[in-house]
Amino acid sequence: MSFLLPCPNCGPRPVDEFTCTGEVTVRPKGAPSLRELTDYLYFKRNAAGIQREWWRHRHGCQAWFVAERDTRTNEVLSVEVPAKR
Amino acid sequence: MRLPPQSGERLDRERPLEFTFHGAAARGFEGDSVASALFGEGQRVFSRSFKYHRPRGLLCCQGTCPNCMVTVDGTPNVRACVTPLAAGMRVEAQNVRGSLDFDLLAVTDKIGGPFTPVGFYYRTMIRPRRAWPLYERFLRSVAGLGKVDKHRGREGRYDVEHRRAEVLVVGAGSAGREAARRHAAEGRRVVVVEADPTLLDAGEGFEVVHGSAIGIYEGGLVPVDAGNVLLRYRAQHVVVAAGAMEQPLVFPGNDLVGVVLPEAVRRLVGRWSLKPGDRAVVIAADAEALDTVGFLEQAATEVAEVVDLRETRVRQIAARGRTGRLASVELDGRKVACDLLVMSGGRQPAYALLAHAGARVEYDSARGIFLAAEIPSDMEVVGSAAGDGISAAVPAATYNGAGGKGKCFVCICEDVTEKDMKRALAEGFDSIELAKRYTTVTMGPCQGKLCHVPSIRLYARENETDEATIGTTTARPPWQPVELGLLAGRPHEPAQRTAIHHRHEELGATMMWTGTWKRPHSYGDPAGEAKNVHETLGLIDVSTLGKLLVTGPDAVEFLERLYPNRFGDMKPGRIRYGVLNSDAGRIMDDGTIARLSEEDFYVTTTSTGAGAVVEWFEWWNAIWQLDVEIVDVTGALAALNVAGPNARELMARLTDLDVSSDGFTYLDAKHAQVAGVSSLLLRIGFVGEVGYEIHCPSPYGEHLWDTILERGADLGARPFGLEPQRILRLEKMHILIGQDTDSESNVLEASMPWIAKLDKDDFVGKWSLEHVLERGFRERLVGFETESGVVPLEGGQIVIDGRPGGRVTSARWSDHLGRAIGMAWVPPELAEEDAELTIKVNDSVERARVRLRPFFDPDGERLRS
Repeated sequence: MSFLLPCPNCGPRPVDEFTCTGEVTVRPKGAPSLRELTDYLYFKRNAAGIQREWWRHRHGCQAWFVAERDTRTNEVLSVEVPAKR
Repeated sequence: MRLPPQSGERLDRERPLEFTFHGAAARGFEGDSVASALFGEGQRVFSRSFKYHRPRGLLCCQGTCPNCMVTVDGTPNVRACVTPLAAGMRVEAQNVRGSLDFDLLAVTDKIGGPFTPVGFYYRTMIRPRRAWPLYERFLRSVAGLGKVDKHRGREGRYDVEHRRAEVLVVGAGSAGREAARRHAAEGRRVVVVEADPTLLDAGEGFEVVHGSAIGIYEGGLVPVDAGNVLLRYRAQHVVVAAGAMEQPLVFPGNDLVGVVLPEAVRRLVGRWSLKPGDRAVVIAADAEALDTVGFLEQAATEVAEVVDLRETRVRQIAARGRTGRLASVELDGRKVACDLLVMSGGRQPAYALLAHAGARVEYDSARGIFLAAEIPSDMEVVGSAAGDGISAAVPAATYNGAGGKGKCFVCICEDVTEKDMKRALAEGFDSIELAKRYTTVTMGPCQGKLCHVPSIRLYARENETDEATIGTTTARPPWQPVELGLLAGRPHEPAQRTAIHHRHEELGATMMWTGTWKRPHSYGDPAGEAKNVHETLGLIDVSTLGKLLVTGPDAVEFLERLYPNRFGDMKPGRIRYGVLNSDAGRIMDDGTIARLSEEDFYVTTTSTGAGAVVEWFEWWNAIWQLDVEIVDVTGALAALNVAGPNARELMARLTDLDVSSDGFTYLDAKHAQVAGVSSLLLRIGFVGEVGYEIHCPSPYGEHLWDTILERGADLGARPFGLEPQRILRLEKMHILIGQDTDSESNVLEASMPWIAKLDKDDFVGKWSLEHVLERGFRERLVGFETESGVVPLEGGQIVIDGRPGGRVTSARWSDHLGRAIGMAWVPPELAEEDAELTIKVNDSVERARVRLRPFFDPDGERLRS
């Protein structure tokens, strides 16, 4: 992997400046059943295609952001810093 | 043996260079390559081949084939033909038993043929199985290229440089230069990379960098091998002008010394004024190779015959030699004496770099060449690499002669013959990808530059189909041979040092790594240092602890979501111990949380966990968007821990704060001036004695350290390192994250159920911990002490009914307790006070008793006093 990732703050930077913690998941609300809990924790979509992922510009501005990436081509379609409520 | 000075030669005859070949003095000129200098000294055999130990001489003379690989100054596999000669070089031949001219293992060529066909080692050397190591040692010693001298230290230093270019052109030939000019004229910053030192003149508006591109990776990344530096170019646009590769013909004896590709003649004569041979035959399947006749005439080499295969049909070509050197060539049985045979099977465009970048490869049957198609939009291909100027060859002629008497080499690097390829096909390896893996064709140093196309043509012919149907194997980097050192780069091992680091060194501490930090293991007497803490006063540098400020109106809410603890009910000026969990309920880190005011918290983490905890906090808040700021002050603050019966007396000397047991109680946090320095004082300790943690700005760390040792001298103040701290912690049964826990551990099974306030609505990890309660415990972390006093190995096994049933995570001898103590994961039914454990220690077993409460001061009376 050597693609360029457009950091929302710093612009396109080599991907090895970033860390990725995987696809965006939704934490179940309330008290989840065991199935809901294991789905959330372990059953990722692992899409061959467009996937929303958490990235952090570790060796740069250190911001967390969400990127939409095509896992087949590493094309990054969009990046977005979560908005303040 | 040089020709008289020629116009255009690259030699500086005024500057002779002395070097040695196998210890014998030799001489060349400035401008020579190692190979041309050796050739000038009369050397014709440069190496012995990979498998059959056949003599090999110059073939391509452009850094492609393996034939001229030598060891230079201890570095193996140096391509002599493209390595500039330097004074004092020590050059030695490779893969030779005996001498280059008489190799003892050349016998494998004579008798080995029938016994050592392709893949023979898969079939014949499998029994008995235990003998394989012997076979392997033998095979490795007889086959291969240069040897790495394991005892030789690393002399060179390799570096990586990151560079940028708007346009990167690979190849400074005429097409590459033309493309560079075109892009430069449009105002782009253009860099051209070129491996050939004769083509390095800068052009108008662009620079030419000496080096060879080893691949194209995504994002326009082109690593360039520039000797001891790897230039990592990022280019917005890549122009591939890598030219074309002359292809050999396949006929018996096509590897004899004296059989060359056209470029060898051009370079030997044109650059180095060397006479390539006395009497030459030229056999060419294309037009481009015919220019060698002019070079041969220039060198006064007699041209015995020129065979243009496009016009003259020759069904049987065979080279015959004596002791591996060319003596004659047979053309349909007609013998022509010669000592030089220039062969050309046409030129193949260098498409590999484009294939790395995702281009498709298709066959141009009209010209018999493979070309890159569907070039990525940020790339272009120009010149011969695009097929420009490559005239139609006679591809079928590649194999005129194959099948005749003698070995026909498809792959020079790995000694793969035409017969081997056919055998692979007969055995069912019918795709070219399988043939590659089975025969290793294209897998040698040339990486297919000379054998890829011939192997495809052979498969096409044998399968009675065409090259397009056979297709190509996948091209992968590196495109050029690369030294491993270049890929490894310079080792970067950045060390973090605390503000007090130099004091530790002056005190003779043994330093050790903890994460990226350097910390004192001990100051030479771990047991004595631990004893001193119990008896008088110890001082330890804990600046490496992660330190975070969590501040804002939502700080309580934020921490309560992250930690299983409660914080809302905490008074400012108080401290709690907390364990961070993942949502899967696993222990991530631990530390203390001090409430400084309503909205300000001071959080400490483990020394190695600070970075991960900051990332963890910020990630959750990117989701939650609570009104809270997280500031990492790890490096900004130094921290010292003083502990021992005399700690209070010391603090009373250093600060005006009331440090009496009532005025400053256990788990209090207060701001105070300590030795004149504004500090945050935390009354915590994990070593079992009264302790104070002093956090102050890093620049004052050394001052504080010095003052404590000075003012505490009569109180017995003495530094202690990590090892004594391990003993002291263990006496208190305080777990060490990462030592006593692993990525599966949770707080419940780690015997800290009081940590998890499961009656809270929610916190990260809550549901998983509830699930652990539901499913029941599978193991428990407990303390133990051995009956014999033997200290078991950390990581040692707990044996239950002869089977492994648990593991020791920590174990130390405690002088203070006079016992061998430790922590271990055991089945839940054994997590009972006094339960008996059997621990495997080397080959014997030790009996131990489970302990559930701290070994030392179980009720914490000393700690809290």
